[in-house]
Amino acid sequence: MQNQILYVWYLLTAVTILAALLVVLAKNPIHSVLSLVVTFFCLSAHYVLLNAQFLAVVNIIVYAGAIMVLFLFVIMFLNLREYTEETKSNFAKLGAAVVGGVTLVAIIAALKKVQYPMPMRYDVRTGFVETLGEVLFRDYLLPFELVTVLFFVAMVGAVMLGKREKGERHF
Amino acid sequence: MEVFWIKAIIVLVIFGLSLVVAMYSTWAERKVAGYMQDRPGPNRAGWGGLLQPLADAGKMFFKEDFIPLQANKWLFIAGPCLAMLTALMSSSVVPFGDTIKIGEHEIQVQGIEVNIGILWVFGVVSLGVYGVMVGGWASNNKFSLLGAIRAASQNISYELAMGLSLIAIIMLTGSLSVRDIVLSQHGAAWNLFYQPLGFIIFLVCAFAECNRTPFDLPECEAELVGGYHTEYSSMKLGFYLFAEYINMFVSSCVISALYFGGFNYPFMDKVAEALGSDATGHNIATAIGFGVFFAKALFFVFFFMWVRWTLPRFRYDQLMNLGWKNLIPLAILNVITTGIGILLDIRWFSWVAMIAIVIIAVAQSAMKPKSARGILEAAPSR
Repeated sequence: MQNQILYVWYLLTAVTILAALLVVLAKNPIHSVLSLVVTFFCLSAHYVLLNAQFLAVVNIIVYAGAIMVLFLFVIMFLNLREYTEETKSNFAKLGAAVVGGVTLVAIIAALKKVQYPMPMRYDVRTGFVETLGEVLFRDYLLPFELVTVLFFVAMVGAVMLGKREKGERHF
Repeated sequence: MEVFWIKAIIVLVIFGLSLVVAMYSTWAERKVAGYMQDRPGPNRAGWGGLLQPLADAGKMFFKEDFIPLQANKWLFIAGPCLAMLTALMSSSVVPFGDTIKIGEHEIQVQGIEVNIGILWVFGVVSLGVYGVMVGGWASNNKFSLLGAIRAASQNISYELAMGLSLIAIIMLTGSLSVRDIVLSQHGAAWNLFYQPLGFIIFLVCAFAECNRTPFDLPECEAELVGGYHTEYSSMKLGFYLFAEYINMFVSSCVISALYFGGFNYPFMDKVAEALGSDATGHNIATAIGFGVFFAKALFFVFFFMWVRWTLPRFRYDQLMNLGWKNLIPLAILNVITTGIGILLDIRWFSWVAMIAIVIIAVAQSAMKPKSARGILEAAPSR
């Protein structure tokens, strides 16, 4: 049983990495978006393996269900005509490769230092929605409420920016 | 291991049932349409036209499968597959019946019982739009693209109101599991009697999420030829249409589980008592519950058809106004009144919101001049 789960994990991780690479490497932006959706699904599957079904489903609802649909929506509008990717200069490519490589090295170095303390007592219910709700609404109530205020402010700001002024031409 | 096989059989039966129901919904839809328009409907293939779905499927399979030259081939194929996949996924958490007793095992008549069941349904519903969007975009046709974009914006808009009306149910039950929600409506204590406003909002949103009339703007043939499936032919088109009927059946199941008590019916305790508490009696009681659930679900499938052949299609701005300016505020009001009800320990408190809204609506329509009366506001003048 343990081994089977390990195989599932390997398979999932391979698919995740493949899909994530496709996001960056695909020429067509629609393909990128769709592989990003696949990536989110694989991440949700990882959450399920960690027995955190609530996080898995919320990840699907929020990212795959709402945000990626909006992404696809916008890109479909952009992509009406044959979209030619502007070619970057070699200098920019080189710079991007160096910066990305350095960041990768820094992340790997940082991760190698990290110790993963095993929890003293393994609790199956850690990832359940009941546990999460208790923690969120008891221990972290104030930050949670403040985040809602932040979201509200962001929403009002987006509406203000997107509002059509009187007499202005709309597309 | 025995439990595994019984569970597998249950899953297969649920899968087969939703396919068969979707198949015969196409027949029933045409029969209902025929009845409402005073004509017989399909009546040639088999008794009362009962073999019509098979004949249609045969026709679909033998038609030419056409892929436009400029289309994105793989995504064009993936579109209908995604539509079918997402349509079939959501029925896995719906509890179709109570438990079956076999030996010392007690097995739930349900695909999977998870503690986030209703969120699973919600998540899969929100994914349903990918099939339409991918197919519409890959066709490389402006009408298809417009249909796909309409579908996406409609689904996103109505998801919000749907989620908010679900929150009121979750607040009443205190659980995200669909089975717990159904079990909390034991007997005749159906959520419908405590959440009238939430039920209406959920029903309207279910229509919009299934792309059914009066919300079938994505396939509005008067404006968009065929909408997102303009370029589709043969069984690919068949899959799109079939996915719509499966969606209809699954949302009918979800509506009857959330608001109409699922497999609960009045005097169910007395029936269970009369049948006895041994394995056979329990299984018979479960079967009756399953039948009751199915009858409720089929009623809602009929309701979907009834509305389709009764109401005309909305205009697009009316659709958006209804979603954003009417349903979402109403759903928030419903959440607040339900919260007050929980605080005061009065379960039926959201009737207050319902009655207040009806009074306001009646007063408003009485105040309006006669020429401006209508369900919705007129289009903004440009």
